[in-house]
Amino acid sequence: MRFEHPATFNPIDQLKVVGRPTSRIEGPLKTTGTAPYAYERHDVVTEQAYGYVVGSAIGKGRINAIDLAAAKAAPGVLAIVTAGNAGKLDKAERNPAPLLGGPEIAHYHQAVAVVVAETFEQARAAAQLVRVDYAPGDGRFDLAASRDKAFTPDPKIGGPADTAVGDFAATFAAAPVQLDATYTTPDQGHAMIEPHASIAAWEGDGLTVWTSNQMIAWGATDLAKTLGIPKENVRLISPYIGGGFGGKLFLRADVLLAALGARAAARPVKVALQRPLMFNNTTHRPATIQRIRIGADRDGKISAIGHESWSGNVKDGEPEVTVNQTRLLYAGANRMTAMRLSELDLAEGNAMRAPGEASGMMALEIAIDELAEKFGMDPIELRIKNDTQVDPEHPERPFSKRQLVECLREGATRFGWSRRNPQTGKVRDGRFLVGFGVAAAFRNNLLTKSAARVRLDRDGRVTVETDMTDIGTGSYTIIGQTAAEMMGVPLDKVVVRLGDSDFPVSCGSGGQWGGNNSTAGVYAACVKLREAIAQKLGFNSAEAVFADDVVRSGNRSVALAQAAGNDGITAEDAIEYGDLAKTYQQSTFGAHFVEVGVDADTAEVRVRRMLAVCAAGRILNPTAARSQVIGAMTMGVGAALMEDLVVDKRHGFFVNHDLAGYEVPVHADIPHQDMFFLDETDPMSSPMKAKGVAELGICGVAAAVANAVYNATGVRVRDYPITLDKLLDRMPDAA
Amino acid sequence: MRTFSYERAASPDAAAAAAGQATNAKFIAGGTNLLDLMKLEIETPAHLIDVNGLALDRIDATADGGLRIGALVRNTDLAADGRVRRDYAVLSRALLAGASGQLRNKATTAGNLLQRTRCPYFYDTNLPCNKRKPGSGCAAIGGFSRQHAVIGASEACIATHPSDMAVAMRALDAVIETVRPDGATRTIPIAELHRLPGDHPEVETTLAPGELITAVVLPKPVGGAQAYRKVRDRASYAFALVSVAAIVQPDGSGRVALGGVAHKPWRVEAAEAELPRGAKAVTARLLADARPTRDNAFKLPLAERTLSAVLREARA
Ligand SMILES: Cc1cc2nc3c(=O)[nH]c(=O)nc-3n(C[C@H](O)[C@H](O)[C@H](O)COP(=O)(O)OP(=O)(O)OC[C@H]3O[C@@H](n4cnc5c(N)ncnc54)[C@H](O)[C@@H]3O)c2cc1C
Ligand code: SF4
Repeated sequence: MRFEHPATFNPIDQLKVVGRPTSRIEGPLKTTGTAPYAYERHDVVTEQAYGYVVGSAIGKGRINAIDLAAAKAAPGVLAIVTAGNAGKLDKAERNPAPLLGGPEIAHYHQAVAVVVAETFEQARAAAQLVRVDYAPGDGRFDLAASRDKAFTPDPKIGGPADTAVGDFAATFAAAPVQLDATYTTPDQGHAMIEPHASIAAWEGDGLTVWTSNQMIAWGATDLAKTLGIPKENVRLISPYIGGGFGGKLFLRADVLLAALGARAAARPVKVALQRPLMFNNTTHRPATIQRIRIGADRDGKISAIGHESWSGNVKDGEPEVTVNQTRLLYAGANRMTAMRLSELDLAEGNAMRAPGEASGMMALEIAIDELAEKFGMDPIELRIKNDTQVDPEHPERPFSKRQLVECLREGATRFGWSRRNPQTGKVRDGRFLVGFGVAAAFRNNLLTKSAARVRLDRDGRVTVETDMTDIGTGSYTIIGQTAAEMMGVPLDKVVVRLGDSDFPVSCGSGGQWGGNNSTAGVYAACVKLREAIAQKLGFNSAEAVFADDVVRSGNRSVALAQAAGNDGITAEDAIEYGDLAKTYQQSTFGAHFVEVGVDADTAEVRVRRMLAVCAAGRILNPTAARSQVIGAMTMGVGAALMEDLVVDKRHGFFVNHDLAGYEVPVHADIPHQDMFFLDETDPMSSPMKAKGVAELGICGVAAAVANAVYNATGVRVRDYPITLDKLLDRMPDAA
Repeated sequence: MRTFSYERAASPDAAAAAAGQATNAKFIAGGTNLLDLMKLEIETPAHLIDVNGLALDRIDATADGGLRIGALVRNTDLAADGRVRRDYAVLSRALLAGASGQLRNKATTAGNLLQRTRCPYFYDTNLPCNKRKPGSGCAAIGGFSRQHAVIGASEACIATHPSDMAVAMRALDAVIETVRPDGATRTIPIAELHRLPGDHPEVETTLAPGELITAVVLPKPVGGAQAYRKVRDRASYAFALVSVAAIVQPDGSGRVALGGVAHKPWRVEAAEAELPRGAKAVTARLLADARPTRDNAFKLPLAERTLSAVLREARA
């Protein structure tokens, strides 16, 4: 189905199942510990052996030699695979650094060997006996120091390196009110609970991998490419995923090493990336340096807005696209953005929840707060004053739906924003200095092809199959709701099967595109199935009504079970998009409100209260969507206050590479969270009229926290995370 | 993890004797620290002596009105004990500020005292670390040292001791009771249990090889307002950047020990004479010879400010 015209009334608009708060259909499996995650697929093949990954001990350089003798002789060892004995390996474009390193080492903890043994303990013990002789080389590990060597990248996604409209430089220089500030965000890790984990089994030339991956088709394609085997010979199965946040978008070392280990050991092999390897072996959200300049008239109207950004990556890696929201969020006739990239020898930087906007909003939304202060204007009013209903670079292009102002106003009321004291450092509650902060939320809505297969069985059950994944987001449930709505059956009559490369190729889970696109694909397949059923029954498909397990047309009605017949009826289709995303700018909006308390003595920052108001198209399942948003808000608090992969610039690695060293919020850090969706449908996005929401929830949170800290203390911190050492010397006198 | 042999000791004497006989033996209590380190091959004992069955899990009153805490009393039980909460509140608070509920259920009194540093370079076996591999160097010096010691460190090691409990025990003048492989028993004031790193950061305590901790004795209660304040980047489940254990008497005298600043709980009795003059005077003395790194210089004002807050609350 091609989606080329704005959606009109369709069966989804009945909202009998879609749009209702619905508990996850796979929830009981998860709460009872019976959802089968990759590493625990004891049932799928027998004789599973264990692989343990050896990561590079240097950040850059070469392997002179590897001595495997002691490891091979260790008890239980079945095989050891290194780049030297793995056979020829290709490299997928989505993996700029090889997943199995050697002799060249691209980054610290790059896998250099996998040791396969009968038991996990044997594999781990033998891995310690692998002797690698390294010739360390000179690496580049310091983003700030590399800034003057940065080059202009040619980004594959996210827009051009440079944009310009009007005359930014002259307008900014002449603007009566100017802001020019530089912000930094650190490297951050996904730190999901389930590590990358895979079981690989060969049967002849065929390879099956039970894994944990957000993008099944990418994974299968890239595994085949890396191994140099036909894609048809590869099957990836990933029905349950214990978190990914973008860290599992790509083929990673666990999959490849399990496959290579299984081939070498002639046994199925399972590999979980050890926790300490999580941060340096895989991808992470790369650090950025961002300079924002805004010029405004005396009345608060922005006349010039510029955003420059520097990030680093491995060779052939992409820049962090931090500037996109600045191209779209606020009006202003003169604009520029620029991205520069340095080659660094740290692990690859890549997508983490809301790549680009999450980091970009961390900077931009502090800048707006700073600008508002220059005017003595309320930061909400300043944002409203500079709202735009059209793409500021192309005024002929309206937003499909944009309710930023409504989110800000609704949020202000619900949060009690009027109680904010605009003077900093004035509100005290016991030992805490209290402050309020606000930030806009913004994340683009992305449209991408997505397919599904739907079958009606003779018992009246509907089965949906698509390689879409559920990374804890609720995909199973919204896909089930979509099929139930379309086919006129209750949710418990729908079986949803996901995460299998044998199923039609979906959009996968990433970029907050999963919800809208995957359900739109299911919608397309259901439309086809309805037509097939109507045709079989001799109904006019345009008039057929599917409801209450029955299909009706005029005064004829047939139970769906009966319509299916003994063989059932199957239909498959994909949603594909026309030009609506070109004619209309599709984005999601929100507003974040945060109250913090800053300990006046120790400068510890603790969040006291949070609210998000989001406008993001139709909310397909308010329960699941709420979970996504409050989870994202939690992650935003982490970004604001503690998450920081610290680079050792001498040795070239992230030092705090475990969950004790890399702090993410715990329960005690997250107080009362509220969130509220504005009623919205967006007919430009898809027949579902939905948009993404799971990443919107993080965009702006950290800035709202930073702005609240400023309101509480009068200390403006522009370098994340806002740890107490950055506040301490400017706190009120103790004693 | 290396292969090891394992035995369950029948009595404290037998445990110590066994440790004296075996080469490279270790006691295992809750295992919450030792097992993690064994998995990473940072600790590689050849023999483990399980002390969990030794019936050292009681808290008894002593003749002079104090408490004898068995070496195997779990952190949870110690923190919840009515006598501890009433008479040694600083200890109860310190325990509850540490780790998580699950860990405290396993962690023992002796194990907590002997837990090893959380220096990230100590945990990464690819990096030089004098504590893990004597003579290999110290990667933390010149590296990421935000959590590290500001005082009492050496050219060889700038690690901190991570325990909260030990800081409170230091303020309480606890005494460690031990038995050695030859059956001899002795007592060690807590001030003398932990060493500064000096040239041998791998030697962390004054315990002799095979010496088993059997109990920790708290002298009779000293009263006063007792506080434990732990400052950290997140609200729970994080090691201290700085912590303050304080006991403040109505007359303004008292005791102060700091955590998160040194290779051992940090207390300088002479500094306590400054208490009536306030936190600045106390910390000036307490941290007089501090040599922080660029990353952790903030610990000095932080310690002073935290102590100031504690004193203010204690006097309120
Ligand atoms: C994630 C995490 C967070 C933590 N956070 C904190 C925190 O915030 N604050 C804090 O204070 N601690 C914290 N801890 C550390 C925790 O308190 C210690 O791991 C625990 O107290 C150790 O006790 P155990 O009985 O498990 O010791 P074990 O691991 O069994 O032993 C530790 C050491 O003591 C030796 N030993 C044990 N018993 C005896 C004995 N009777 N005589 C002689 N030697 C003995 C062992 O040989 C070993 O060397 C944390 C730990 C973890 C894993
Ligand atoms: S500070 Fe101590 S523990 Fe840390 S690396 Fe240096 S020697 Fe090792």
